[in-house]
Amino acid sequence: MMLSAIEIERVCKDFGSVRALVDIDLEIRPGEFFALLGPNGAGKTTLINIIAGLTLANSGSVNVMGHNVITQYQQARRSLGVVPQELVYDPFFSVREVLLIQSGYYGIKHNAPWVDEIIERLDLTDKANANMRSLSGGMKRRVLVAQALVHKPPVIILDEPTAGVDVELRQTLWDFIRQLNQDGHTIVLTTHYLEEAETMCSRVAMLKAGRIIALDSTQNLIGKLAAVNSLRIRLSPDHLPLALQQLKQSYFNGLYELRIDNYAQIEFILSVLRSENTHIQEMYLQQPDLEDAFVNLIRNSGNKLQ
Amino acid sequence: MTGFFTLLHKELLRFWKVGFQTIIAPMVSTLLYLLVFFHVLETRVEVYPDIAYAVFLIPGLIMMSVIQNAFANSSSSMIQSKISGNIVFVLLSPITYRAIFFAYILASIVRGLLVGLGVYLVTLIFFDIPLLLPHWAILFVILGSAILGALGLIAGILADKFDQLAAFQNFIILPLTFLSGVFYTIHSLPAGWQYLSHLNPFFYMIDGFRYGFFGVSDISPHLSLLIVSVSMIAISALTINLLRTGYKLRQ
Repeated sequence: MMLSAIEIERVCKDFGSVRALVDIDLEIRPGEFFALLGPNGAGKTTLINIIAGLTLANSGSVNVMGHNVITQYQQARRSLGVVPQELVYDPFFSVREVLLIQSGYYGIKHNAPWVDEIIERLDLTDKANANMRSLSGGMKRRVLVAQALVHKPPVIILDEPTAGVDVELRQTLWDFIRQLNQDGHTIVLTTHYLEEAETMCSRVAMLKAGRIIALDSTQNLIGKLAAVNSLRIRLSPDHLPLALQQLKQSYFNGLYELRIDNYAQIEFILSVLRSENTHIQEMYLQQPDLEDAFVNLIRNSGNKLQ
Repeated sequence: MTGFFTLLHKELLRFWKVGFQTIIAPMVSTLLYLLVFFHVLETRVEVYPDIAYAVFLIPGLIMMSVIQNAFANSSSSMIQSKISGNIVFVLLSPITYRAIFFAYILASIVRGLLVGLGVYLVTLIFFDIPLLLPHWAILFVILGSAILGALGLIAGILADKFDQLAAFQNFIILPLTFLSGVFYTIHSLPAGWQYLSHLNPFFYMIDGFRYGFFGVSDISPHLSLLIVSVSMIAISALTINLLRTGYKLRQ
């Protein structure tokens, strides 16, 4: 049996009377690129903090690379790099000092070559000797990523890594994280940008109110949960043939939106239009995405889909 | 051990980088106390026979500065890290809670000793201060700063805001140091106050430390050593337990 990168069993966490996490079971395999999605307050950060040992669960157990995060916390934490959501930093030190100190925390004495490499790969070379206080938000975010990598952890967790980061940096960060994944690191992230999860992550778990309401490969989830495809067309003359009226979803600004359940229906639509001598002036095929799946799921999340 | 040494190094750098504020400033204020009290009381008070009041005062003032700065070091470091959130970098790392404890305490001891040593060296220029039993003085100054370092860590962990920490400092640490016999021998006090002074753990630190200089003290230095050592063990156990359970640090 292959060792799990992260193994979460029956984890519960209450904050007073608030049930932050309810019976979470989740296994993340080595090398996966995994996304945790969910609205604010769903419990994503709490779950991450429990994996990282920053928050203690009320019950259940969590292993990172086979090490229990409580009883074998040293091995578990050596296997894990966490990029926190908040832009936290130590104002007393420069970027390089921070990274060398962080290395020391993990028991690594002479880490300058690797620290310099991360600095370069994250495009921080110009700022290596600048005090943390003087960095912009995006730069601080990069340092946080660098800090999570000083000990070359096999598992990396990023909590909203691109929140408040400009488009250009987002791209750089994603390229870097994708590279890490290709190098064999397991990546777990939470994000609000669904298109990011969609393009990068192979599997997705959706949380709502402390429960996992969906867990599947990104493609399956979209297929299962997304709204059906729709076709939007502008016609000349502007009149929808009777035979197509039953497919009509809406009409707005001269565009008819037709619901289609499969691609064969497109042929049918075209043939009806041809026989009615109606021309197509514009045509869009609307495909479902993770956002549709997400919205659908969050809307009617009473039923658990696993 | 690398984790421990790194955290210790970081804690030392933290105050060293702002040394003007963390070492020089408290030295200056301690020397001001000395100047004022010396001027006012020199001719009126003789605590021990053949020991000038200023000379009597100096070990007490040194210990007071050690105590206050040891406390300030760990408490301000902890609360700053908590409030700015960068404590997570320590909490995420595999450093053991014992290593965290010892790194913070040792940094507190070093800062306390640096301020105390600074005051001592400056006063040596102006006064002839005997140091009859240096090992006693060293023992008490290390134990005293370690206890206050641990108390500072506790206060830093418990406090959620800077003003709570300031309250701890102004309403507990400061009165206890001022009323611990820094400026007087407790034999000069009415019986009731003498009794209260014996309940003040800081009294034993200062009395024992002063014994190292003059070879005389209000109570037996062995008793002081016992009380200070027991306090040290109890407070350390409490602090280590807070760190182990993650109280207020790992929710």
